[in-house]
Amino acid sequence: MLKINNLRKTYKDLVAVSDVSFTLERGQLVGLLGPNGAGKTTTVSMIAGLVTPDRGEVLIGDHRLSGDTDPVKRRIGLVPQDLALYDELTAHDNLRFFGALYDLTGAALEQSIASVLELVELSDRASDRVKTFSGGMKRRLNLAAGLLHDPDILLLDEPTVGVDPQSRNAIFDNLEALKQRGKALLYTTHYMEEAERLADRIVVIDHGNVIANETLAELHARVPAGPDGGRATLETVFLMLTGRSLRD
Amino acid sequence: MPITPLIAMVRKDLQLFFADRRAVIMSFIVPIAIGSFFGSIFSGPSTNTEAARIPVAIVDQDGSPISNDIVASARTDKNFALSLISADATRDQVRRGKMTVGVIIPKGFGDAAGKAFFSGGAKPQLDLLFDPSHATELAMVRGILTEHVMEAVSKEMFTGPGGRKAVDDALGHLQSTGLPSDEQRALGTMLHSVQAYYSQQDAAASTGASTRTRAPGLTMPYSTHEEAVTSGANIAYNGYAHSFAGMGIQFLLFATSGLGIEILLERQKGLWKRLRSAPISRLTLLAGKTLSMTIVALMTLLVSFAFAMVVFHVHISGSLIGFLSVAIATSLMAATFGLLIAALGHTPQAARGVSTLAVLMMVMLGGAWVPTFIFPSWLQQLTLVVPARWAVDGLDAMTWRGIGLAGAVAPTLVLLGFAAFFGIVAMSRFRWEEA
Repeated sequence: MLKINNLRKTYKDLVAVSDVSFTLERGQLVGLLGPNGAGKTTTVSMIAGLVTPDRGEVLIGDHRLSGDTDPVKRRIGLVPQDLALYDELTAHDNLRFFGALYDLTGAALEQSIASVLELVELSDRASDRVKTFSGGMKRRLNLAAGLLHDPDILLLDEPTVGVDPQSRNAIFDNLEALKQRGKALLYTTHYMEEAERLADRIVVIDHGNVIANETLAELHARVPAGPDGGRATLETVFLMLTGRSLRD
Repeated sequence: MPITPLIAMVRKDLQLFFADRRAVIMSFIVPIAIGSFFGSIFSGPSTNTEAARIPVAIVDQDGSPISNDIVASARTDKNFALSLISADATRDQVRRGKMTVGVIIPKGFGDAAGKAFFSGGAKPQLDLLFDPSHATELAMVRGILTEHVMEAVSKEMFTGPGGRKAVDDALGHLQSTGLPSDEQRALGTMLHSVQAYYSQQDAAASTGASTRTRAPGLTMPYSTHEEAVTSGANIAYNGYAHSFAGMGIQFLLFATSGLGIEILLERQKGLWKRLRSAPISRLTLLAGKTLSMTIVALMTLLVSFAFAMVVFHVHISGSLIGFLSVAIATSLMAATFGLLIAALGHTPQAARGVSTLAVLMMVMLGGAWVPTFIFPSWLQQLTLVVPARWAVDGLDAMTWRGIGLAGAVAPTLVLLGFAAFFGIVAMSRFRWEEA
């Protein structure tokens, strides 16, 4: 469904992404992991059309993504790391605005709003201003805003930062449900346990390159079992792949 | 250009604008308050029953008929609020700013002025004490005082006892004037004629043949008819029209620069990632922002003028279409100015300081605070490159100056030119990539 071929992006002398390729299939969740500055957000930004790659291509189905107004962008939903919401507007008004960006109007828009609010369990707060919401509620609404136009591919950039366990669990349930519906999910995170719980496959990026693109079992197999016979954690595998030196 | 996203962006921006109580107060209430204040200052004499009088003190240390006449004449002058106080009190009040000009008529002034009048002797001196913050009024007082002094001195010289004595003295000292002999003869002839004039007056007075009052002395050989040239007969200049135009423009620029900073805040919050990830062109995004900023700016201006029309009887004496075209062009220029701030600003905090300075400079040089005609001529020419100048002049032309539609063409076109320039620069410098 989503194919990334040899993406590269530089900013003057800084190579943000050197050479990144991977695929994402329908009903699959791929965890995109990497240390700070590894190139995860730039990769997601290129897939979402926010940044133009210097080289490489993003294929949605068989269609190469190109230009701001490419209709294929409708098949992508973005859930940014920031709480990209208008605090002074109600949840409903926020969603009405974001839906209209995809040309949704009238009954179809209202139906989409009701559907996503129900999914994230915020239907009863639709008329409240976002500034009155808790951090977890804002995160759920942030997710809902990315789903309004019913995209096939959802790009989630650290969608659980700063939320309590209850809200995080609710978001996981939402993502499981979306997977069941056949959505393809690309999920960036620093929380290894989230990737372990959700991801069908894990792509590890470091210094702008893909250094691993495997299933969880394959990654675990890279590290020998401990003396007690227990398998290594994903964090141990991640540190083995990316090293222990501190990153900016 | 897709219409649904465009309308959604405008509606959302207006919702956010009206949800911000501080922005609403700054855009609608503050310009009305400041416009009313400036309007009351710059309304001019036509809207008042009487012009403001200049506080003037006269100290008469002479006590001569001439100085008495000067004081009496100045007392009736409608330009002066006259006080007769001591020299020390005068100096003290001028220093404190309670008196604008103090005039000290020194002892012997009348006598010396009479001699100087006929024979060109040493001219006596009037001391003028003035408040340096009122230099303009000093020039006015000097001019008005000249008329009163000339009238008093000439009246005394031609009809009063002081004049006769001065003429006698002048004739007695004709030889010592140092004038060439032919000029001495001519002066003597004139002075003898004046003596003959005195004798005729005395004879007429003794027989009761003359009913004429004492001659008034030299007066200004002309009078003036003053007419304020406005948009029509019996239509007075209304200073509120200018002040509301100026303040309206200032605060619509503040409103649009605030909305420009809002774009930077949206970027900081990651909202532009959502906007850019949607299948919308850059032109649509900027057009949506421009449209919402134009609407806010236009509302700011129209609400201010509506208030001025209802409360201060400001009229659109020129062309309504011209007024609207200048107002729309001004709003569009302000909107693209807001976009420019968003394009050039790196952070909201830095952009806020720079934009405030830019707006204040623009409105100050554009004549929004005080009319540009009081600027030096070089500055008047220089401010033609300031868009606010064209906006203020265009709105003045359509309101109190009462110039027709033709008067709106140049300001409208120039403002649209500025809008195009700001828009193109903003579009080219806008940071589109959202990493």
